[in-house]
Amino acid sequence: MNELGPVMAIAQRDFMKLLRDRPRLITTLAFPLLLIGVLGGSLQANLGRNVGYSFLAFTFTGVFGQTLFQTTAQGVISLIGDRENDFSQEMFVSPISRYSIIIGKILGESLVALPQAAAILAFAFIVGVRASAIQIGGLVVVGLLICLLGGAFGVLVLSNLSSQEMAGQIFTFVMLPQFFLAGIFNPIKVLPPYLDVLSRISPMRYAVDLARGAFYEGRPEAVHTVLDPPIVDLAIMAAMFVVFLVIGTALFVRNERNR
Amino acid sequence: MGELSAGVAPGRTSAIVEVEDLVKRYRKGKTNAVDGISFTVRRGEFFAFLGPNGAGKTTTISILTTTLGPTSGRVRIAGYDVVSQSSAVRARVGIIFQNPSLDMNLTGEENVRFHAVLYQVYPYRPRFSLMPEAYRHQVRDLAALLDIETDIFRPIKTLSGGTRRKLEIIRSLMHRPDVLFLDEPTRGLDTNGRRNLWAYLRTVQAEGTTVFLTTHYLEEAEGADSVCIINKGRIVSFGPPSRIKGELVSEHVVIDADDRDRLRAELVSRGVPFAETPLFRIKLDGFNTHQLLKAIDTPLSVVTVHQPTLEEAYLSVIGSGNE
Repeated sequence: MNELGPVMAIAQRDFMKLLRDRPRLITTLAFPLLLIGVLGGSLQANLGRNVGYSFLAFTFTGVFGQTLFQTTAQGVISLIGDRENDFSQEMFVSPISRYSIIIGKILGESLVALPQAAAILAFAFIVGVRASAIQIGGLVVVGLLICLLGGAFGVLVLSNLSSQEMAGQIFTFVMLPQFFLAGIFNPIKVLPPYLDVLSRISPMRYAVDLARGAFYEGRPEAVHTVLDPPIVDLAIMAAMFVVFLVIGTALFVRNERNR
Repeated sequence: MGELSAGVAPGRTSAIVEVEDLVKRYRKGKTNAVDGISFTVRRGEFFAFLGPNGAGKTTTISILTTTLGPTSGRVRIAGYDVVSQSSAVRARVGIIFQNPSLDMNLTGEENVRFHAVLYQVYPYRPRFSLMPEAYRHQVRDLAALLDIETDIFRPIKTLSGGTRRKLEIIRSLMHRPDVLFLDEPTRGLDTNGRRNLWAYLRTVQAEGTTVFLTTHYLEEAEGADSVCIINKGRIVSFGPPSRIKGELVSEHVVIDADDRDRLRAELVSRGVPFAETPLFRIKLDGFNTHQLLKAIDTPLSVVTVHQPTLEEAYLSVIGSGNE
């Protein structure tokens, strides 16, 4: 059965929720700007001259990838909060496929993340990071793909959670380590072997690297900042997306019914 | 009772809900939350599922509406199995949860539209004005029925508890379910709101929808076609309210006289069984009040006929310490 309508309705609901929640709208926009402005700015001022490339641009691309990934992932994880508020029941008792519900949720949270992407791009421009139209276009396309990966990652995390309280721990144990393993502010071109392994299994690494791949395309700094060719990042992201989504949805549905 | 049954069309007596030996034990549970229950609900019936907190009502309703898997046993809704044909079951039931499940960030109309699109009753459109004429018409009718013509376009927050409940019911009826499940729908409503909601549910039933609800307000179950009382996961009584009352609590007459010794002697000599509580309590098994009173010569100072209520029946089966 064609379930595009329900998928769109679920996605729209998430977007409407963001627009009507002013405080949330402001905080979602403020956090990435803080990271770029304060961290990127201070790193650039203190270390920028030694590394041979702009730390501000480096941080901007890192935060761009991280924000889209994290916002979508955490938005999907909020399904657990919905469940406790009984709203998700309304979706889960409907006859549509569980995959449609999850996909609608991922799309909706991607819509929520994209205004952040626009704000980050605008802010980067204000603080002097310059990008060509092609690079910006590339970042927008890449941004969408990052959202999809973040959403699928959220489903996998969600399927292993049993309560809202556990969801509160997610940031500390699942997201924050990835900030460093994905190299949002810290160069990870060279890593000790144990950190290298951890970094390579962090989904956020590929999201951030793909964003950098798009931004640094054709620039000399690419050798220092980009880890893998974009096609490698894309292939790994696609594989992770499918695996996370299928396993996550199956586990989530099973856990919901076999309480 | 009479006005409730009026909604049941003649001949519509086929089973719509069939439960056989249903057992549910939660993963961390030490005992069965639902412990081998079996019952059927007929099409078009007003069915009340009654029991104290923790009796297994919500667990049962969750299994019947496919949000929870059973441990063992079989449940069919409109002929479809809740485990192997869950999607077909979901398309045929409407559910009102114990806690309000409206999205507070959306308007009433957006909540209704979300449901209608989710059940594919109408195609997706991003705005009310772009929705098909039939939908817009239906929403305006529903809003008029609830007397919220303008409020339906405002955020849910602005509506009263009772109106929200009704909006949930309206929403759940958008896809024309065969059975409407309500898990303690009147919880949190005041007396007026409750009465209002009941009147509305009766009109829903009159239009042919089977109404299945859980409650612990006994006076509500009194108006049902069938009542099923559950306690500690087991069914303790099942049937029309009149039968449950008849089986569980007998009708009796309480009398007294100034000359108690004379009355006692007379009752003994006539072979009428009684209990002194300290008034004389006489079970009416096989007696008729009028005959009994006519037969007594001792002048009586007190005569009370006691009609059992469902509440007494309920308390006698679950024990009053349970609530």
